[in-house]
Amino acid sequence: MLIRDTKAGYGLFTRLTHWIMALAIVAMFALGLWMVTLNYYSPYYRTAPDIHRSVGMLLLFLLALRFAWRLANPKPDDAELSPFERAAAQIVHWGFYPLLFALMVSGYLISTADGRPIEVFDWFSVPSLIQKKGLEESAGEVHEVLAWVTIVLVAVHAAASLKHHFIDHSSILKRMWSGPPSTS
Amino acid sequence: MKLISSRPLLFAVLIAGFAAAAPAKAADYVIDTAKSHASVNFRIKHLGFSWLTGRFNDFSGTFSFDDAHPEASKVKVEVNTDSIDSNHAERDKHLRSKEFLDTATFPKAIFESTAVKVNGDKATIAGNFTLHGVTKPIEIVAERIGGGADPWGGFRQGFTGTTRLPLKDYGIKFDLGPASQEVELTLNIEGVRQ
Repeated sequence: MLIRDTKAGYGLFTRLTHWIMALAIVAMFALGLWMVTLNYYSPYYRTAPDIHRSVGMLLLFLLALRFAWRLANPKPDDAELSPFERAAAQIVHWGFYPLLFALMVSGYLISTADGRPIEVFDWFSVPSLIQKKGLEESAGEVHEVLAWVTIVLVAVHAAASLKHHFIDHSSILKRMWSGPPSTS
Repeated sequence: MKLISSRPLLFAVLIAGFAAAAPAKAADYVIDTAKSHASVNFRIKHLGFSWLTGRFNDFSGTFSFDDAHPEASKVKVEVNTDSIDSNHAERDKHLRSKEFLDTATFPKAIFESTAVKVNGDKATIAGNFTLHGVTKPIEIVAERIGGGADPWGGFRQGFTGTTRLPLKDYGIKFDLGPASQEVELTLNIEGVRQ
């Protein structure tokens, strides 16, 4: 099983982190919307935001790792795409990195605005780097807007992949699932 | 000779008599928020187990006060609700949100007195309090802490006053539990005479 990406397809690391992050990002969006509706006596009033913060910090770490991996590996061939599709895919793929980075950092800034660290599941804590009065408000607004932008972009990305799979009968979705054909 | 020598004395007595007979005028004071000798504090029970305290950092106000006629006093305080500070950024964000103060829609809380009743060394200040867009008559139990010349050429008066506000009365419906239906508001104000 190939770990690294090649011109022929995605390696294990890219595919694994893609699906972990895809699942986590959609779940985090739902969790975020849900947790702010909880009443004070809900058993999840504290745990839901705790999980949201913890997963967010892990995703930030994973995002950085994935970005470094993307830069260090060749991109599989996109020859089957039309010029328009290739440009759109480029924008969405490269757009995801700064977007997700800003989304996760803005979330981090809400919780650490007063100097408190973020406790990641009792495993370790991420210290506060920037403290500013009212930062939690501006960061909160950014976080909410970017969360919606992200989920729209996720939907566009998913719809495009399904279109390629079911309408164009291309292997674009499959290669993110099963990796490059064995060359040996 | 006798007449002449008594003139300065007569003059002095006249002036003193005039000063005493003139009604003492209520003086106007500006609450010393500039140097922060004033605070708007709140506390509310957490689950009925402890007091959660916080304050509003940004407010302004004036009052008039006359030592001889304290019942003629007037006070007005304006609080910027988004300056709420409970020493926890996430909680403050929640308190500013639509579930509590909705500070984007209702940026000001205002108290304006309508009547002052003095009983002993305490006073009851009746007035209208506006919070979360709802105006209700309330009473603040107040006490004068002290007053007089300050060391820098000014003149000051200081008071403290407390009232209790049922959150539901002001349309704040987020349920913090049976022990936390009311918030206690305390104003410590020191005014500088203008």
